[in-house]
Parts: sequence; C-alpha cells; structure tokens
Amino acid sequence: MSPVINTLVAAGAPGDSPSTGDTAMVSDGSAQNASKLTLVKPQRTRMSKTLLRAIELALPPLLGMLLLIGVWAILAETSGNRLPGPFKTWLSAVDLFSKPFYRNGPNDQGIGWNILASLQRVGIGFGLAAAIGIPAGFLIGRVAFLNAMFSPIISLLRPVSPLAWLPIGLLVFKAANPAAIWVIFISAIWPMIINTAVGVSRVPQDYMNVAKVLNLSEWKIMTKILLPATLPYILTGIRLSIGVAWLVIVAAEMLTGGVGIGFWVWDEWNNLNVEHIIIAIFVVGIVGLLLEQMLILIAKRFSHEYKA
Amino acid sequence: MANKMTTDKFLSVENVGMEFDTKRGRFEALRNIDLTVDRGEFISLIGHSGCGKSTLLNMVAGLLYPTIGAIICDKREIKGAGPDRGVVFQNHSLLPWLTCFDNVYLAVERVFGATETKAQLKARVTKVLELVGLTAAAYKHPDEISGGMKQRVGIARALSMEPKVLLMDEPFGALDALTRARLQDELMVIVKATGSTVLMVTHDVDEAVLLSDRIVMMTNGPSATIGQIVTVDLERPRDRLKLVANPKYIDCRRQVLEFLYQKQLRAAA
Repeated sequence: MSPVINTLVAAGAPGDSPSTGDTAMVSDGSAQNASKLTLVKPQRTRMSKTLLRAIELALPPLLGMLLLIGVWAILAETSGNRLPGPFKTWLSAVDLFSKPFYRNGPNDQGIGWNILASLQRVGIGFGLAAAIGIPAGFLIGRVAFLNAMFSPIISLLRPVSPLAWLPIGLLVFKAANPAAIWVIFISAIWPMIINTAVGVSRVPQDYMNVAKVLNLSEWKIMTKILLPATLPYILTGIRLSIGVAWLVIVAAEMLTGGVGIGFWVWDEWNNLNVEHIIIAIFVVGIVGLLLEQMLILIAKRFSHEYKA
Repeated sequence: MANKMTTDKFLSVENVGMEFDTKRGRFEALRNIDLTVDRGEFISLIGHSGCGKSTLLNMVAGLLYPTIGAIICDKREIKGAGPDRGVVFQNHSLLPWLTCFDNVYLAVERVFGATETKAQLKARVTKVLELVGLTAAAYKHPDEISGGMKQRVGIARALSMEPKVLLMDEPFGALDALTRARLQDELMVIVKATGSTVLMVTHDVDEAVLLSDRIVMMTNGPSATIGQIVTVDLERPRDRLKLVANPKYIDCRRQVLEFLYQKQLRAAA
C-alpha cells in the first residue's frame, strides 16, 4: 500500500453517521415529574415525552440559526447599510423565488435556471469522474504494479487547485462550458480513485482466502467479493467527490460565465445587488447540504446489509 | 518418528519447511515435517499457540507455499489453492452480503457449474445445507444467525465442493462448549457419511481424541516439527459419554496431555 492512498481515507471512513442516541436520556428527570402528575393517563405522559424529546432535538440547531441571524443583523446594522440585513434579504429572496424560471436573454435568467445549469455541469463532470475513477481505483487497488505506477502521478496531481486546470480546459475544448465540466471532472476524480483503491486493498484477507480456496474467476471475485466489500468505501469517495465538485463549480462558473449559480453571484456583484449574493450563498449551502444528505441516505441503504 | 506404515499415501507432506522473512531476518516456523495421511483418515494437529499448525494447514490448503519440501495430494503436488481441498476457516469467513444459500452456491457453482444445470446446482446446495441441519436458515444472511450456525454454513460450503480433503482450522474454537459438542457429534456423522479425509487444527485435547484416527502433536516454535503421533484406536461410532470411562480413551488423552504439558511446557510466552 502506498502512503498516498493511506493518508486519504481518514477523511471519511464508511459508516460514520450522526448519533442521536445521546440526547435520548436527557429528558428523564422532567419526564419523571410529568408522570407523577399524570399517573392516571399514561398515554399523555408518553406523548409529552416524545414532544419533549422533539424539542430537545430541535432546540440547539434552532438556537444556532438564531445566533447566525443575530450576528448577521448586528453586522448589517453596524456596516451602515452596506451589508443588507436578514429582513431585507428575506424580502428579496421571496421576490426572487416567486419567479424562479424566467428568461430575459442569456445573461438574465431565473435563479432556478442558474441552479439547474450548475447542477447539470456538476452532474456531467461528476458522472464522468465516477465512470473513470471507480474502475481505475479498482485496478489500482487490485494490481500492485499499477498502484506503484500511478501513486506518484496521483500524489503529484491531487493537491493542484482545481481552478489551475481551467486554462488547460479552455485551451483544449475552446469553450467555457466543457472547460467548467473538465474542472469538475478533474477535481472530483481523486477521492473516488483513492477511496476505491483503499477499499479494494482493505478487503479482509479472509474473503480473499475464500476466493483462493474456491478458485473463483477474476470476474466472480470482482462481483461477489470486491465490489460488495468495497461499496462503503466507494460511497464515501462519491460523497467526498460531490462535495468537492459543488465547491468548485461556483468558482469555475465565476470565471467562465454563462448560466449557473457561480456566474450569477458574479453578475449580481457587478450589479451591486448584495442581497442576491447573500441569497446565493444560502442557496449554494442548501443545495450542497441536500446533495450530501441524499448520498448519506443512499450509503445507509446500501451498507445496512453487512454490518457483519 | 512414530509414523505408522501406510499403504495409501493419499496426502503426503514430504520434508516440508517454512521460513518467513521478517524485519529481524528469516524466521524458521516449521522444519522437517513428514506426514502421510490415508484416504478417509481423520487427523488432528495439536500444539501450543505459535507452533505453526495453522501454517501447515494453510500449506496443504495451498494458501502458503513451503520454502522447502513438497506436499502431494492424490499423486499431484500442491501448487496453489483449489476446490479439491475444502477449507473450514476458524472465523467461518462467510461473505456477509450473501445468504447462507448463496455462500454455498458460490462454491458449488465454481466446482460443478460447467457440467451441471442450475437446478442440479441448487439441489446440491439444498442437500448439503440439509446435511448440516440448516435448511430453515438457508435464506438468512450470516449476521442473522448464531456463531454455531455460521460455522455449519462454513462446513457446508467446504463439503459442497466434494473435496478430496477437508481442512479445518480450529473450526469450533470460537463456540461455546455445548454448541461445540453438538457440532463435533454432527461432524462425526457427516464424515462417516461422506468418507472425507480430514485434517483439523485444534487446541482442544478432548476434541482431538474424540474425533481423530491419529493425533499429530507439534513441538514448540520456532523451527517446530512433529514431536509425536498418537494413534487413537477407538471403534466408531464414538459416544462421548461412554468414552469417558474407556481406558483407551483415557490413555490417549493422557499421552496428549503429557506431551503438551510436560515435554513442551516452555511454550506459554
């Protein structure tokens, strides 16, 4: 195993899920009090218990959001209206999202179109990266020679800032859109190659011994042992990749222009519409969050079967 | 060497030695291992931890290659793992994403897939699962069944390939005493029914005496070798309850215990 590949998994071992168990016990004290008062109606006790638990779960994140909005409001106030406050931004957002899919020429389109355009680029770039990165990771993880051969290349290219690839893309494709997709591709491919390779190389020796004793064909080893054993690692790679891709798209689109959330941010900056920039930040954050949650759901669905 | 004269030489380990390259230089795990096993014979390998008994088993399985010497099975030198030697692993090594049925099917398909129809292959799996008493759990995943059941699936998988030799690496080591006793009894029935040749690694003296035709006792490593072989001359079928008072049984047990705890005591490191 090369050192390059080893360093990378720490970022997200499969199976890390947010734990909710620790909050469950907190309500005990108050719930006991509640049950003393309503001994005759156990039904209501249970209901108030779940209600309490729901409040306890929801309270910290709500307080966090309130804190964020509070700090933002104070900053807006002290900046002397250069930074729009939460309320002003909210009104602007309501207006913006009331007509998300309008088109007034190529440079003035609804926020919905911009988000979709960005998602499309990410989808294509990420899809290509997955189509090449996962099989490549398999080969690198399975064949020691290939691992030794590609490890230096990967360690050389992986730390390069994604945007440094943009000029190459523009040069080769001679158009902005494929160049942006290229940047997504090149930045999303590394986590998938590396996680897949690590996953393959960490398949328990026991399973490989089974493969040897049964004398399984390389195809059977691939489909019956390596793929299922590596799946959690692959899903982690995909999750990291899509995070990176969504991070990079905003920057890439600022440079390439056209339609897309990144370009939109830059356009609104040129219009000095700061409310819209703040809205864009929230939109980017929320879409990124949704992508991540979607992949966590998929990962859970696939990995629940083998906790071994 | 107390090796008895054999006429069959079905499995023969000939002057085998095994060295590993470690950070502190070469480490000789085994040397001068000579052993011949008849067809249908049940052999136990017993010895203290680290004496290389699992290494020897893995060499017969073809998962490790001897540094010197050769292992011959049914007149052919062993040059790698293969389905003619079924292995029951210590930790069962079932694939957790496949059902018990599919775990066994994977093995059956590999060995008989070229010559038999799907229905025949499935019938084989059903039959072997029935043999180990797991028909009801066939479509469960390994994490849904008990340790003893998993080990049975492992045995079923090994048997399903109709191997020339059944190799078992402490097959019941991880099980509680009651489950272990039940599986030992079942194993005796199965081995009688299939006429399998068995090589089993064990830590358990009673298990070795109960199951084996011969018990191969290994000296302590490094450079471990065969110290003594005890022939267990007890008629089959064997009944563990009746054996307790059997003088032959007691004598075999005493021989093994003396070897392990008097002659090879310095082990416990």
